[in-house]
Formats: sequence, C-alpha cells, structure tokens
Amino acid sequence: MTTDKRTQPERSIATYLRRNWFWLAVNFAAALPLLVLLRDFAQDNLGVDPINTINNATGRASIALLLLSLAATPLHTAFGFRRGLTVRKSLGLWAFVYASFHLLNFVGLDYGFDVQFLLQDALLNKPYIVAGLVALLILLPLAITSTRGWMRRLGRNWKRLHRLVYAAGVLAVLHFLWQAKAAERGEPLLYGLALALLLFVRIPAVRQRIVALRQRITGAPPQPVRRTPAKSTRQAANGAD
Amino acid sequence: MQKIRSSEITPEQVYLNRRKFMVTAGSLATGALALAACNTGFPTSTGTLTSSGNAGSADVGAAVAPEVAASDQPRLMQLLGQEAFPPALASMEPVAGAAADELGDPLNSFQEIVNYNNYYEFSTNKEVVAKEAQVFTPAPWQVEVTGLVNQPTTFGLEDLYSRFTQEERIYRLRCVEAWSMVIPWVGFSLGDLLRAVEPTSAAQYVKFTSILRPEEMRGQRSNLLDWPYREGLRLDEAMHPLTIIATGMYGRPITNQQGAPLRLVVPWKYGFKSIKGIVKIELTDTIPESTWQSAAPNEYGFYANVNPQVDHPRWSQASERRIGEFGRRPTLMFNGYEEEVAGLYAGMDLSRSF
Repeated sequence: MTTDKRTQPERSIATYLRRNWFWLAVNFAAALPLLVLLRDFAQDNLGVDPINTINNATGRASIALLLLSLAATPLHTAFGFRRGLTVRKSLGLWAFVYASFHLLNFVGLDYGFDVQFLLQDALLNKPYIVAGLVALLILLPLAITSTRGWMRRLGRNWKRLHRLVYAAGVLAVLHFLWQAKAAERGEPLLYGLALALLLFVRIPAVRQRIVALRQRITGAPPQPVRRTPAKSTRQAANGAD
Repeated sequence: MQKIRSSEITPEQVYLNRRKFMVTAGSLATGALALAACNTGFPTSTGTLTSSGNAGSADVGAAVAPEVAASDQPRLMQLLGQEAFPPALASMEPVAGAAADELGDPLNSFQEIVNYNNYYEFSTNKEVVAKEAQVFTPAPWQVEVTGLVNQPTTFGLEDLYSRFTQEERIYRLRCVEAWSMVIPWVGFSLGDLLRAVEPTSAAQYVKFTSILRPEEMRGQRSNLLDWPYREGLRLDEAMHPLTIIATGMYGRPITNQQGAPLRLVVPWKYGFKSIKGIVKIELTDTIPESTWQSAAPNEYGFYANVNPQVDHPRWSQASERRIGEFGRRPTLMFNGYEEEVAGLYAGMDLSRSF
C-alpha cells in the first residue's frame, strides 16, 4: 500500500484518538474541577469564602479520584472492563495533584504560612489534619515512582510500595470523616463504604470467587492484560491490584 | 442608558475584599508572599452608633458583578413595607453607623454577611442558604414569652418594634467552625423583653425554640438535626446588656437567611447559640437542652463560650479566619468581650463547662 504523505498525519491523529479516546476523556474529566476553579478564580466567582471553596473542591476531587483509581482493578476483575486499567495511574496522579493543591491552600491561603499557628492548631491538635498529611506523604513517593523507569528499577518492590495506596485511601477517608460535623457525616461515610467495598473485593479469596463467578457466567476467563509497547506507559498493568 | 439598581452594585467592602483576594493570590503565584499586609485593618472610625450615614453604598459602579438575588430587599421589608419599621430598620440601602468594630476591624460587607450563613433548616451549604431561604415567610410573626414569668405575653413584630428600643450593635461573630465576621446588627436588648414579662424568682434559665415549618424550610424535611432547633441560656447571660434579639442588620430588616424576623445574638458565644426564627422563649428552672448538644454532647456544650484555650474535640479553637482576609488571626477570649462577660463565669472550670 502506498502512503500518501499529505494525509498520513491526519490519519495518525485519528488513529491516536480512536485508540486513546477513553484515556483522554477521563483525564479531561479529572482536570475539570481544576479548570472550574481556575475559571471561577478568573471570574471572581469563588464565593464569600474562596479558601473554603478551594478547600472543598480540591479535597473532594482528590478523594473521589483516588477511589476511582482504586476501582479500576476490581472493575476489570469483575466485569472485564479493560479500559479502566489504562486510566488507573492517571487517576492516582490526579488524586495526588488535587491533594497537593488542597495542602497548599490550607498552608498558604488559610494559615498564611504561619508556622506557629500551623504547629499549634493543625499538627499538634487536629488528628484529622495529621491523617490527611500522612495520606499525602504516602501518595508522594507513589507519584514519583509511577513512571516506567521506576517500575523497572524497583522490580517486585514496586508493587509492594504501591500497595501503600490502600493506606492512603483509608487515611483520606478518615481525614474527611473526622472533620465532618455530626449532621454531615453522610458523604464521608459513603466514600468510606465505597473504599471498604473496593478493599474487600481485593481479598484473594473474594477475588477468586468473583473470577470464578465471572467465568461461569461468561464461559470464558478474563483476558490477561497485554502490554504492548505502544500503550504500555499508560497501562501500568502490573499495578497494585 | 440602562439603569443599574443600587442593589446590583458591588458594595465597597466586597470589591475591596475581592481586590485583596486577587492581589494576594497574585502575589502567592509570583512567590511574593505579602500575606501579613492583608491583616491590616481599615482606618478606625468607631464612635457613636447611629443609623444615619451611608457607609455601605460607596460609588464603585465600575465593579459591577453578578450577585445573589438576596441582595434585593429583605423579605420582611417586601412583606410589611418600609413604613412598618422604626427608623433604625427602615433604610432601603445597607448603612452602618461605623466602618469598624471597637477593635478597629472593618465590618464585613452586606453581601458577605447575607451570603454565608449556617442555617441547616435551609441547607448545610453556607452559600446556598440565601437562595433556599427566599421562600420563607417571616411575617406575620408571633413570639410567645412564657414559663416562669408573671406576665406571659405573646408579642407580634409591631409590638416588639414599638415597645423596645431598636439600636445598632457592631459585634464580632465567631463560628464554631473557626471563621468570623464583624456584623452591624440592629436589635433590642433581650433583658428588656424579659423584664417586661417579669420572671419569677424561680426562673434560672431561658429556653428558645425556632419555628418548625418544613413546607418552607427544606432542611427540616430531613432528620439532620432534631427539629425544631432549640437553644438555651442561663438567665444572667440572657439579661446581660450585650445579649440582643436581632431584628435587622446594616440598618435594614434582618434577612431570611440570617434568621428573620427574630434571631438571638450572644456575641461572646459561638454562632450556633444564636438561634434563628424564634417563636418561643420560655423561662425555666431546669437547664435547657440545646439541639447541637443533644446531637453531639461531647462536641458541643451548653455554654459554648468562645475560648481559644478549649479546643473542639476534633479541631483547635486557638485561631480563626476572618471572612475576607487571608491567613489567621488569634481567637480572643470570650470573642474579645472578656471584660464585659468574664464575671458571669467566675470560679467555673471552662474546660469542663464548655
């Protein structure tokens, strides 16, 4: 087949979009809360208490994206949803990005980098802040080592290290729950329930049952994840599952 | 030229605070952290509190920005008409007798105050309450003052407006959530009202009850809290000259989202003590149970005095964020009213009686 040099770039973009539309769409959706905040900031529309608005938006986005990242593997196990695996790493990285903005807003805008208040108020007195901080400190090395290079360098330890994401999830939910008022625990409890479910289905015995059930229903085992060189940077197929 | 209603013009404070936010955020972005500068107060102009002057509606026509419809006339004013209110409440535009509190801290703007409300009867989202509260009908209204009194009386709004002096009180409001505002309330002394019904010698406490009207208060259709909202004070706290029933703010009738038409204000206590939409005031000889106390007894006490040394079980109360500012300011003992009210609690262990 002859190659038409003028149409090739378009064709390759089309191919790229066809192959990666899900990854692109999920990443765009994950960026939306940040884009909305930036738009509201530009339009001076962050409300009476901008610090609180930023705090809630970034915190909520971070937890939700972390939970979605943790949902990728079980969705594949239970329903054979393979596309989910292609965005698992992205979702985790976005969760880290939002958590970082969340902390920066707290330390900078809320506390004005006042070390004394931060120590006295936040670090020594508020367990929920410690929980959130530890969750972020856990996500930091996971974000750094999320590249192919680090996966290769760490080998089997990469998977061990990245299992810490479960602890980060638990701490993030605790952080949300602890700061909520008695009348407002519904939402954090809902996240907690989702997290509990996502951790439950990872118990080997439970996981095996799900796989067996799925085989009985579909009559075929779930396809093992292929790692083709072209897409492998996004697949992170040997993630902490 | 299209006429711009003055209510659509961004009040100076909002404008200035926004400028402050943009400037601060900008300096943050460039790494020039001039945050301390944001804590500088506006020039002080305390002085006698009158209802004249027009501090709230400065000419900043260039800064027109979309505002919540709550900036329009308070519902009370719409229902009763301007002529129903005494002069201290009859202003058509936000006005205050001074630009700052006695500590020199500037008033929060009308827009900030009426768009940031904790009123779970309408919503748990502080910035949505203003909108949800628009359907509420604050007049006609009656409040029953009863219990251990010689002259139990049911007052209508017109009785309260005419019998008791309505005056401006510029108070700090410190929320238990660690944010604060400076608000130019208009109201009358609760002590005056209680004296009018002649408490008996057995009366020791005052119990307040909010209105129960789920058809107009959508938050009451859920069981978030045990409705109707209830609060209580010791009789001496209720009789204290600083304690008022607010009927207005910024020289106008009080807005629905702030607890129209009658709302308690006890400036040295956390905001949740300042019960809104009061329909019943009852003098008792037993300590009244407050709604938040019964919802979470380990977190909310009967006294709820602002106290930087006594932390909420889950967070510190040592500092607070003034709405419109960046960074934190230290929380003052009894919210800065220590000189006036500390005597009420002489000899008490405030970490136990929190």
